[in-house]
Order: sequence, then structure tokens, then C-alpha cells
Amino acid sequence: MFRNQYDTDVTTWSPAGRLFQVEYAMEAVKQGSAAIGLRSKTHVVLGCVNKANSELSSHQKKIFKVDDHIGVAIAGLTADGRVLSRYMRSECINYGFTYESPLPVGRLVVQLADKAQVCTQRSWKRPYGVGLLVGGLDESGAHLYYNCPSGNYFEYQAFAIGSRSQAAKTYMERRFQNFMDSSREDLIKDALMAIRETLQGETLKSSICTVAVVGVGEPFHILDQETVQKLIDTFEIAGKEEGPAAAAPDTAAEEGGAAADQGATADQGATADEGVAPMDI
Amino acid sequence: MTKQNANWSPYDNNGGTCVAIAGADYCVIAADTRMSTGYSILTRDYSKICKLADKCVMASSGFQADVKALQKQLAARHLIYQHQHNKQVSCPAMAQLLSNTLYYKRFFPYYSFNVLGGLDNEGKGCVYTYDAVGSYERVGYSSQGSGSTLIMPFLDNQLKSPSPLLLPAQDAVTPLSESEAVDLVKTCFASATERDIYTGDKLEIVVLNKEGLHREYMELRKD
Repeated sequence: MFRNQYDTDVTTWSPAGRLFQVEYAMEAVKQGSAAIGLRSKTHVVLGCVNKANSELSSHQKKIFKVDDHIGVAIAGLTADGRVLSRYMRSECINYGFTYESPLPVGRLVVQLADKAQVCTQRSWKRPYGVGLLVGGLDESGAHLYYNCPSGNYFEYQAFAIGSRSQAAKTYMERRFQNFMDSSREDLIKDALMAIRETLQGETLKSSICTVAVVGVGEPFHILDQETVQKLIDTFEIAGKEEGPAAAAPDTAAEEGGAAADQGATADQGATADEGVAPMDI
Repeated sequence: MTKQNANWSPYDNNGGTCVAIAGADYCVIAADTRMSTGYSILTRDYSKICKLADKCVMASSGFQADVKALQKQLAARHLIYQHQHNKQVSCPAMAQLLSNTLYYKRFFPYYSFNVLGGLDNEGKGCVYTYDAVGSYERVGYSSQGSGSTLIMPFLDNQLKSPSPLLLPAQDAVTPLSESEAVDLVKTCFASATERDIYTGDKLEIVVLNKEGLHREYMELRKD
């Protein structure tokens, strides 16, 4: 992005009415490896790509259980994400202790957003460099929210964040109108397909991705590697058999790829900087 | 001006009795279901037994409002433990946590007399017995509450664990089978109900073993 005299402090406005430090924080989210979320009437599925620093190390945890009915997938500074997950867990436990009922998802994301906002208005703090996809179930149904370092939050039918997320977003944009009535299996399949889009050519294996589900009568849990690999095998075989269906995702991937190249100089900057910012995954 | 004494007490005693017996690969935890105040009965159907974790069950007699608050505290702390360790808390760990929680309120105690029962890390039965401020000990069997003075000597007679002063330390779990232990517990409560006015109505028995948790009930005298 641009270096200028208004970007040193988070408490300094630019003449155009922007807070550059907050925008830089949002850039950190784009550098992280992809996380996606989608929801139906009864289920929410979260997925993420596991990128390890080197072959020797393990990958960082990007999906956290917050409560039986809420889970979160993060992208950006995973340390900030871990701390915020701990905060969310604590809020859920306290609410449950006081009211003997689960914390509504909408309430949690507001608290999270307010917490993020504080960091945009204190000169001795910095914004959290992590984007959170909060998926959960409450009395009003299944919800998926995106919490931004700026303190804004939005509800989504489906969303993707992190590097090469545009490919996943394009895939989901074509299909999201059907998600509301999707079955649990179809929703997970779409999540895996969306994750595959962000890999852009690399084979999808259960060792490089994580999938988590929460739904009616199903507490939030991360699917184990075996289950995920079985699901991948099921739909990849299906993809090869159906000729036109196989062609469609290919063209979608190409178009997504083209759009990504043209628009997202940030993504290209990300690949160049991969060795430079070790705290970002 | 003479010193004034309090004209109310923050505590009440809701009566009741709890028992726990540890076996080689099981644990029996039992409590009656009568809740009283003074000479009145508040309800005949109140459970004093709380499952804290997969392998850890607590029975508490005393002031049930404090018992409920204590149970909620431990449940919340257990959630935190699960988030941090990615597994359920073990019975010995929960035993220490309960002790610390009780001592935390050393100067305004939980009026709660607890017995903790479960399976230890090796799958053997374990029972921990407490006072109101957290002093605890692992034993082979224990009872707390209004009927404990009647039940404890009987259990000593039937299950006497080797003295803790004997070295080397011997295993305190009873060689009895699961069904024999459950029958023993039923006998204890039937006897205690006869002479303790605060014990009666119904007996709730929980058995923990490697298969999981099994609950049964037995009627007791209602007078």
C-alpha cells in the first residue's frame, strides 16, 4: 500500500478521512492463508487451508471451538486470533453461567466488534490483525458473521478471507442462493470445493485443510482427517465422472484466477513477501 | 452498648446424606433426594449428585444454594480446562480443583460437605472426601451429611481400609463387586433413614465404570 505522513498512529486521520493503520490491519488479514465459511438454515461449515512454515513444522491452528454452538475460523495474525478466541470462550462461559443458556451469536459478534473498535481509538494500542469468521447456531437459526479489524461486522450466507480467497468467493457467488436449503453433506462438499479453489491447482488433501461443522443437534466440532479425506475422495471422483460439471469448476477457477491477477496486487505482494513476515500465516 | 449478635444467618442446612465407595474398576456414588429446612421438608425429589466430567461425579450435602453455586463454578472451570487441554479433566485433577475452590472462600465458606467419586487415570475407582473449606483425602469409601455419623461406622465395619499409617501404603479400593457395593449402599441408606429425620424419600445411586455412567433409584421411608 502507500506510505505517507498520516499512517504512523492509529489515532491520526488522513485528510481523506481514512485511518491507515486500520486499513493496514485489514491487509494483514489478506496475507493470511484462506479461511471460508458457508451456512444453510440448519448448519454452518467453516474451513481453512493449513499452511506450515516449513516441512519440519506443524501448521497453526486456525479453527477454534468457542462453545458447543459457536466456532470461529481466523485469517491473519494467528496470535491475535488465539487471544480473541480465548476472549470469546470466556464470554460464552460467563453468559452460560449467568443465564443458563447459550450466548446468541449476534451478541457475541457485537462484543467482539466493540473490542476491536477500542483498538482503533487508543494511541497506545494497535488494531487486531486478524479477521474472524464466526459461525454459530442460536434460537434464530444458523448464522455466519465476518469480524473485521476495523470493528465492523457483517452477516453472510457464505464468505472467504485470506490469500486467494477471491477464487473461493467466486465459486460461492455462483451457488450461494442454494445454500440455505442445502443438506449438511452438500454444504460440506461446497466448503471443500471452495477450499480447493483457493489452492489453485494444488491437489486437495485432508492434510492441508481443516473442516468444522455446527448444526441443529450437532455441537461444533472439527472433522477428523479420515472423514475429510473420505469426503474429498467422494466428490473428486464425482467431479472426474461428470464431464460438464468438471469443465465448469475449471473455467470458474480460470476466471477467478484472472480476476485475482488483475485486481489483487496485494496477493502478488503476499507471495513475494512470504519469507519476510514469519508471524503471519 | 453490649455487642450485638447477628439476627440472621447467611447459611441454612438442607440436610441429606451422601456416600461414595471406590471399587477396583468402578465407583458408586449415592445420595438421598430429600431437601429440608428446619423440621420441614422442601421437596422429596432433589438431586444432590452432579456429574462434573466423564469420569468424575460429586455428591454434596449441606446448604444446597452454596452447593449449586459450587457446582456451577466447577462446571465453568471444567469448560476452560477442556478448551486449554483438549480433553476432559481427570478425577484427581478435579479433586485438587475442588479443594482450591473451597479454600478460596476460606473466610466465607461454601457450606457444602462433598464427596467426589470417579475413576482415576488408571481406571481404578477413587473417592475423595472433603470438609467445607477444602481439606481433602483420597479414601476407599466415605460418607458426608446428616446421616454420616450413622453410616460411616457401618462402612468401617464392612470395608475397613488398611490404616494410612501402615507402610507401604496399600490400595484403598474395596474388593467387592459392583453389585455387592450397590447393595451395601442401599443397606446403608435404609438404616440411616430409620434414625435420621433428614434422610429419606428416595435414594439416587450413580455407578461409574469403563462403560460409562449408570443411574438407578430406590424408594426410602418417607417419614
